[in-house]
Amino acid sequence: MSRDKKTLLRKFHQARWDEEIIFEMSVPGERGILVREAEREVQSRVGDGVSVLPAGLRRSEAPALPEVNQMRVLRHYMHLSQETMGTDVTIDISQGTCTMKYSPKVQEHMAARNPGITEVHPLQPVETMQGVLEYIYNLEGYLKEISGMDGFTFQPAGGAQGIYTGASIIRAYHESRGDTQRNEIITTMFSHPSDSAAPHTAGYNVVTLMPDVNGYPDLEAFNAALSERTAGIFITNPEDTGIYNPRIQEYVDAAHQAGALCYYDQANANGMLGIARAKEAGFDLCHFNLHKTFSIPHGCMGGSVGAVGFTKDLSIFPPTPGVAFDGEKYYLDYDITDSIGKVRSFFGNANSLLKAYSWIKSHGADGLREAAECSVLNNNYMEKKLREVPGVTVWYAEGKRRLEQVRYSWEKLYEDTGVGSEDVQRRMSDYGLQHYWMSHHPWVVPEPFTLEPCESYSKDDIDEYVAVLAQISKEAYENPELVQSAPHNQVVHKVPNPSIDEPERIAVSWRKYQKIRDGN
Amino acid sequence: MSNGKRVYPYIPNSVPEVKAAMLKEVGANDIMDLYEEIPDDLKFTGKLNIPDPLLDEYSLKRHLEGLLGKNKHGNEYINFLGAGCYQHFVPAVCDEINGRGEFLTAYVGESYADHGKWQAFFEYSSLMAELLDMETLSVPMYDGAQAAATSIRMAARINGRSKVVIPRSINPEIRMVINNYIKPDISITEVDFDEETGLIDINDLREKISSDTIAVFIQNPSYLGVLECQAEEIGKIAIENGSEYIVYADPISLGVVTPPSQYGATITCGDFQALGMHMSAGGGQGGFIATSDDMRYVSEFKDLMFGITETVVEGEYGFGEVLFDRTSYGSREGGNEYTGTSSGLWAITAGVYLSLMGPKGMQDTGQTIMQMSQYAAKRMAEIDGVELRLNSPFFKEFVVNFDGTGKSVANINESLLEKKIFGGKDLSQELPGLGESALYCVTETKTQEDVDTLIKALKEVI
Repeated sequence: MSRDKKTLLRKFHQARWDEEIIFEMSVPGERGILVREAEREVQSRVGDGVSVLPAGLRRSEAPALPEVNQMRVLRHYMHLSQETMGTDVTIDISQGTCTMKYSPKVQEHMAARNPGITEVHPLQPVETMQGVLEYIYNLEGYLKEISGMDGFTFQPAGGAQGIYTGASIIRAYHESRGDTQRNEIITTMFSHPSDSAAPHTAGYNVVTLMPDVNGYPDLEAFNAALSERTAGIFITNPEDTGIYNPRIQEYVDAAHQAGALCYYDQANANGMLGIARAKEAGFDLCHFNLHKTFSIPHGCMGGSVGAVGFTKDLSIFPPTPGVAFDGEKYYLDYDITDSIGKVRSFFGNANSLLKAYSWIKSHGADGLREAAECSVLNNNYMEKKLREVPGVTVWYAEGKRRLEQVRYSWEKLYEDTGVGSEDVQRRMSDYGLQHYWMSHHPWVVPEPFTLEPCESYSKDDIDEYVAVLAQISKEAYENPELVQSAPHNQVVHKVPNPSIDEPERIAVSWRKYQKIRDGN
Repeated sequence: MSNGKRVYPYIPNSVPEVKAAMLKEVGANDIMDLYEEIPDDLKFTGKLNIPDPLLDEYSLKRHLEGLLGKNKHGNEYINFLGAGCYQHFVPAVCDEINGRGEFLTAYVGESYADHGKWQAFFEYSSLMAELLDMETLSVPMYDGAQAAATSIRMAARINGRSKVVIPRSINPEIRMVINNYIKPDISITEVDFDEETGLIDINDLREKISSDTIAVFIQNPSYLGVLECQAEEIGKIAIENGSEYIVYADPISLGVVTPPSQYGATITCGDFQALGMHMSAGGGQGGFIATSDDMRYVSEFKDLMFGITETVVEGEYGFGEVLFDRTSYGSREGGNEYTGTSSGLWAITAGVYLSLMGPKGMQDTGQTIMQMSQYAAKRMAEIDGVELRLNSPFFKEFVVNFDGTGKSVANINESLLEKKIFGGKDLSQELPGLGESALYCVTETKTQEDVDTLIKALKEVI
């Protein structure tokens, strides 16, 4: 049987293996793998090797790891993978703001299977890793063009670390000018939580602007917040709502006027490639999440890259080393006079950078723009369809075009039926879709959900996705309990208390769980 | 091609007819109508100046293979570099599992459709907890250096103090990350080490520690490979002072080496790249922090924690978020530091690695590493003019001094490179007190023949 061509719905059931925890599979004496033994002659020269361990440093009892044969270990993790709904197996429009685009397999095969990257040590002489340095150097060139910035660092191994790097650079910039009174940054509620948390970690007080009635960060409040204490602003555009703020330059100009630097969080820049750049809006810094816009797979949360761009004026501050080219060979450039030092060991996730490089290489300028256009087109198409689904509303900016994503609301559905966004979120996985992402905390839009149908998804994919949400809306109006008790076709059933805050319930390891279970 | 316009295999709606139909559906005449909110003066009007694409997959593959072919690597050269990134044996099952598309492309889905991911993270924490003899871990961090830096800030939140003691012999990569990360409100006090033994100078520690010391931080094995036999005493000094005791450990040593919690560490941290990850030019790193189940520690972690719990069906395992409000996802700047996407796929892989190894595999691995590294050290020390610089027992890495040869490490390494050998990391600039010394790393991936090849080469070039 194939998918119902009229309703577009699938009779789906996720793999359910009733899989044990790996410790429960242990059979004393079983081995998962054998380890190479030192040669006999080596042993005769040095003995058992461990006798030299100082008293107190020789482990007395072996770690209580499970003992499991190899096929069982493989099967166990294969089962766990089947019980995971990666983007490779679903229409992952769900995780809005995260740009769950297709990561072409050829990239993965190169980065994960070719010893020319997997077996390279980061401290090798530079002449032995010219290939790595070449693609990093060229990737920097591409991103400079895409953003208009004058340089990039790839050391940050995630978007939040990129923002932290930006905050560190801003701190170094003001320090270098002896401007020590600037202890505040300004961000907005619809920017990522890292835009407040990472600068705060770098020592800044945070002022957070709430949206005005149209969903834009309140310009009046912004101007009132700016002062001689403002070190920088950290802002997204479009924000999580998908609404582009057309007055962005006024914010940037006002911040500059006050002596602050402007950081553009472009973690998700997918609708903007070749359309608009950080430079023209006057930003001093920006970052791209290469695991979003530039197709590095998300890997259950990493290895990721937060590539931070900066203007020439800030080029003496980024982490060391950079990658440079002298006309003949590529080299590591440690000559960054006022560098903040390092945020990540070596030069970041060099293998992941190959994937981003490859993705740009396979698209070129026209292809990047096509990706942006189709992501925005898909989003507009989907928004139109979803607005027709009973119970769905869209907050703010009525009549305005949104770019690559939309924050929707089930507020009306909740009022009408008692079915909230978390209920729908659980239920949708019964139809073979990844749970959508709702919103960062605190929720400003009630009963929120955030969708991003990026360029990887076809019209048919979007139609199926909308059909599922329409079906769940129908269920909510007809039989709310069905949705509230979901999921029904999943790996496991509903967890009644998924927020684990009571100390007596906290078990993040098997040994702790056993203690709790056994009443110790 | 359709109407002469390019259709991209990764962009289904680039088919002109489809695109046109969808545009019509949304009431737009032109794609730029959808961008009407962007003021004209902010629009980029030209065409991005990047090289022409390699549109077909074969050409792209050839190009990438050509690039990677310019690199030399540890399969064709004999590699003795370590210093935080290590060439260990990677079981095929590790690559098989982290290559599974479901894990490779999942992200932040809830614990139903992504139940397997949540369980894999729980197992990672559980397996690491056994190895480390601790109870509590979060999802992983970017790398060991970040774990070290966050351990210090956790400790500062626990006792409210403002100075951390770290050894002068700390890995410089880790030190640089710590420097930047603790800058706002924590200062560093450096404790000296003995340049003959490589061990921490206990007298100096007693002098440097104060009522304002957040924590004493050591690496064990040290950056220079030395096993710190005074680790218990250092811990006592820290704890008696009301400080935390942070030990940065190499997890692959813990089949044979005592886990830090058993000699007094209150916070154990490190990098788990050794547990099943390729070097990937530094892309295989992943950081961990482990503590007891004391809530004073649990509540200070900064990253997500996945706890095991029950579903509505009796006996069925479910998973939930532990103390979500402690994270910046829950509380923005009110959370502990900041959290974000880091190295999830590698944590799952480390879980697979430890499941395969089991207790015996970890013991065997530790033993082979110790034997091979001791063999290499002994053989090197037999060469005229070459000596082991530090006289303490070591794990995996050791400092070799070439002063007696009259040659610099740089020169020697250059000659070794011609013989397809990556010599040890040159220490002469960062620790000049050790003379012309190099940090050699010998893991279970090095055979007797590899070591003998090195010895022969060294004799020729010295």
